[in-house]
Amino acid sequence: MNPLAVKAYDLRQDVLDIIVSGGGGHIGGDMSSMEIMLTLYSRMNVSPEKQNDPNRDRFVLSKGHCVETLYAVLCDKGFLNIEEVKAKFSKFGSEYIGHPHNTLPGIEMNSGSLGHGLSVCVGMALAGRMDQKNYRVYTLMGDGELAEGSVWEGTMAAGHYKLDNLCAVIDRNHLQISGSTEDVMAHHDLHARFAAFDWHVIDVQDGNDVDQLNAAFDEAENTKGMPTVIIANTVKGKGSVLMENKASWHHHLPNAEEYAAISKELKERKEALLRE
Amino acid sequence: MNKIPNRAIMCEVLKEAAAKDRNVVVLCSDSRGSGSMTSFADTYPQQFVEVGIAEQNLVSIAAGLASCGKKSFAVSPASFISTRSYEQCKVDCAYSNTNVKLVGISGGVSYGALGMTHHSAQDIAAMSAIPGMRVYLPSDRHQTRKLFEALLQDTQTAYIRLGRNPVEDVYEENNVPFEMNKATVLSEGTDVLLVACGEMVRPIQEAAKLLNSQGISTGALDMYCVKPLDKEGLLKAAKGKRLIVTVEEHAPFGGLGSMVAQVISANDPKKVINLALPDSPVITGTSKEVFEYYGLTGSGIVKTVLEIWKG
Repeated sequence: MNPLAVKAYDLRQDVLDIIVSGGGGHIGGDMSSMEIMLTLYSRMNVSPEKQNDPNRDRFVLSKGHCVETLYAVLCDKGFLNIEEVKAKFSKFGSEYIGHPHNTLPGIEMNSGSLGHGLSVCVGMALAGRMDQKNYRVYTLMGDGELAEGSVWEGTMAAGHYKLDNLCAVIDRNHLQISGSTEDVMAHHDLHARFAAFDWHVIDVQDGNDVDQLNAAFDEAENTKGMPTVIIANTVKGKGSVLMENKASWHHHLPNAEEYAAISKELKERKEALLRE
Repeated sequence: MNKIPNRAIMCEVLKEAAAKDRNVVVLCSDSRGSGSMTSFADTYPQQFVEVGIAEQNLVSIAAGLASCGKKSFAVSPASFISTRSYEQCKVDCAYSNTNVKLVGISGGVSYGALGMTHHSAQDIAAMSAIPGMRVYLPSDRHQTRKLFEALLQDTQTAYIRLGRNPVEDVYEENNVPFEMNKATVLSEGTDVLLVACGEMVRPIQEAAKLLNSQGISTGALDMYCVKPLDKEGLLKAAKGKRLIVTVEEHAPFGGLGSMVAQVISANDPKKVINLALPDSPVITGTSKEVFEYYGLTGSGIVKTVLEIWKG
């Protein structure tokens, strides 16, 4: 068993605690994107000591509303302190707001308004090429976010400039706040859409599987001459049957009973993984 | 008659900087011709990024480059970069604190008969409302050089509006008083103060001369730094005056006139009249014809001032 798969359940509990402490958060997308961010941070050349290292890898959380998972992962990597985040998240005057802010260690750019991250990453990737640096640039977008026109401006530019140091990940959980992504604004064949913009496209069957994600990131690193997008098919609200595949949990604040049930299930799932 | 537009001077300054510093990067959105940036793109192709007709992408890419140490100059028509990319300017430049200089070319009514889609009469108001965004409208080619030389030395974002057409010199080549974020006093006076920015500075300079010759002692102030507005310089120049007239190539709301009135009303209350474009699409014509029609010329300003003064 990959230890990251187990850790994902510990960090889901952290996310749950952060959200309940702060009185709100985007729990559905947090839970679907956990393995993506955790796997990515296990691979990226980043650390608290290298915060200003020009050769560090860059990550921009374009779906900025899933900041609670980013906080949990940054705490795990030593950038932030989990007890402090839990205590201060969304509180009056806090630096731990409901979207990424780059005055905090480990966060490159502010986000929250959707459809910015990919274009920002195009700039970062171009800078890396100009300076002949080997760092890689990553962004994570939601599937609902792909309705933003600016995403496709960035997609076009990355393909045009053949930015093989850039990798985008789509948290493809098929749900957004109003319901199914295919009902709200259909993506149809996302693979074909990105391929048409001259991207290398990798479909990850289970985007909550650390090993499948690692294989996809390996393939992205080895892909030359074009940017890579990983379409990670995930489960919104992953971790508890209470939340899974329910659009109503996009921004649902668990009550005490729900909190206890989710915590219990997270623990059970973690123990089941450890028994494998 | 000066034949060199301010945008051509910007290109000169950026080329000089790029020769010494490979981190100076220019981005255009199919706008290198209108931005006078073709020569930069040809001379420094490795420091030039073409993004195509995609202004949102232009600004975000400029911010991404800046976050990796580049000094990004995003050059695109003022009407598009200021409002179509408004959110990218707010979030990726100002909020994320990246060193992106947003250059709005062909500002105001430079594009003349092309109509309201191509006019930027809202850019001062829009950009000034963003926390951390500075707003500069240089008045002539000499001040444009000084301003860009200063901007190359700092690391904060800013919006700079330049016009399309050459404008008459306000300053002499070897005598350009310039201090960053400080208004320049063009002339002193005791009765009336004229305040302008950008292409309206030359008309107030002319108007001040005409009014002085008619016995109305008139001062003129070049407020190229609309944000941060030079409050100290404004209050000093306004002291003892009976009337202040602001002149701008902008909608009548939220621009230089609004900001000057805010400072004057709070500190040294007196009559402030704002001469600006109307709250409607402007009449069809060249920018010169438009200025004449709305009284935004030296003689037009004189006429308005005399009416108020005598009234």
